[in-house]
Amino acid sequence: MSLLVHQIGPACTIQDRGRTGYLDQGLSRSGAADQLALHEGAALLGQNPECAALEMAGMGGTFEATQQASIALTGAPMQASIDGAPVVWNASHSMEAGQKLTIGVAKQGNYGYLNVGGGIDVPLILGSRSAHLTANVGRAVQVGDRLPVGPYSGSTGMKLRPDDRFSGGNLRVLASFQTPLFDAETLDRFTDTAFRRGARANRMGMQLESDGEGFAAKGQLNILSEVITPGDIQMTGTGNPFILLPECQTTGGYPRIATVLPCDLSRAAQTPSGGQIQFTFVSMDEAITLHSTYLSDLTRLRARVEPLVRDPHDIADLLSYQLISGMISATE
Amino acid sequence: MVSFADTMAESSNRAALAFRNAIDLLGCDGVIETSASLASAYIRFDPVALSHVEIHRQVEQILREKNWYQEPLPAGRRLWRVPTVYGGKLAPQFDEAAAAAGLSPSEAIKRLGESRVRVLTIGFAPGQPYLGPLGPEFDIPRLKELTPMLPEGALVLAISQFVLFSRPTPTGWRHVGQTAFRCFRPEAEQSFALRPGDEMEFPPISRAELDNIRETNDGSGGATCEEIPS
Repeated sequence: MSLLVHQIGPACTIQDRGRTGYLDQGLSRSGAADQLALHEGAALLGQNPECAALEMAGMGGTFEATQQASIALTGAPMQASIDGAPVVWNASHSMEAGQKLTIGVAKQGNYGYLNVGGGIDVPLILGSRSAHLTANVGRAVQVGDRLPVGPYSGSTGMKLRPDDRFSGGNLRVLASFQTPLFDAETLDRFTDTAFRRGARANRMGMQLESDGEGFAAKGQLNILSEVITPGDIQMTGTGNPFILLPECQTTGGYPRIATVLPCDLSRAAQTPSGGQIQFTFVSMDEAITLHSTYLSDLTRLRARVEPLVRDPHDIADLLSYQLISGMISATE
Repeated sequence: MVSFADTMAESSNRAALAFRNAIDLLGCDGVIETSASLASAYIRFDPVALSHVEIHRQVEQILREKNWYQEPLPAGRRLWRVPTVYGGKLAPQFDEAAAAAGLSPSEAIKRLGESRVRVLTIGFAPGQPYLGPLGPEFDIPRLKELTPMLPEGALVLAISQFVLFSRPTPTGWRHVGQTAFRCFRPEAEQSFALRPGDEMEFPPISRAELDNIRETNDGSGGATCEEIPS
């Protein structure tokens, strides 16, 4: 079974939870920019969150099921329909052989996910199915590709109410080893500033803009390159912050003012251009508590899945359904 | 992160490599991965499985065990010789780099071609080595303007170090040589050619020789590799 790609947006890649263990070789983790969406897709399909999905940046494409298929749509909400009939986002659906799923542009946020029952089963490269375009691992999905799908025996017709994380907001950050390079006045100004996500953003990182002067550190240009990690907030030469994302480089010499907690990274990555972002420092103890809660929430997603009740108004072929069955006579 | 210096020095690089190996040998539950950069060791751990207090205690205990700045380099190191075209169209910033070092082009080729440098760290891009130290005459600053895109296999120079690019990359370092060596071969069984502590030399060849090497197309770039006896 596979999904045949008839149309595709310019920045769609296969992603899973990412690659661990190659930091020392200069290869960063990659993996889904919105990890929560990957877990939501797995919960909707009742499968392991290690399954790979199609990440669609900004817009999706048209996909034909070569056999019966089960899908779940998560992350940034996008227009979606199967053979022209609209389907609900944040829900799982069944596709018959030959049916076409069409996914349009993001209505909110950046990254939408097409999860498939059985997962997208491309070969593992260095322990992961995630493309890492800046490292030349894998490539963007193209028209004519067949996305292979693994075996699946679960069911569909479920929905999940997602966390609203598609229009920016407050990101909780932790001080890191270079935070003291910024003086108290600069740090106060950093947390008081309403930033806007700039136009420069991709899976490596996202630039933030603000009014007023930039945020400079002491000895900014003489810092030895050190290991950097997704979530780190680097201050570039112009004093604009960059939040690093899954395909960031592995070392960098720009000073880092703070690090976004993993539980808020999906919200960061999903902030659309122009969306507002503010930062709040939390203590290490608070960060650990928030992180633990986030991890246990991920494991409890499956319990929050509920049946997708269809509104009869949305069912175009309502009259073709057998709506009454098993009638018995009261007098027999 | 355990930092051994805030500037690059040979002894702090050795300390970082040796200390990182010691953390790996510990096999601590909760440690996810480790890495060494120019002068520090980085430990990524799961703070739910392994508390900050506990990892702190273990790290400090290992730190006190010995003088890490006097540790030897890791075992199993190799010497790579990678044929390199210096200057010309393939490496157009060579002449200005030689001038910045106060050398004639031929003298700069001689010195660079005979320099033996060590893989100080691998990073920024996959498999990409930072190599040093070069002689003090090559302590030349980065360019103010970025060169938009240099090819894979480019040998670039600044601050008495080489970097051998594993990917097409924009850079402020000067493009002094070109090789056909691929540091990262995702399709190969051994995806990463180099290890920290390995040594490298870049003997000069002609452009015609590089073209011949490229025809073999196996990613080795005509390099030789031998074990360095420990």
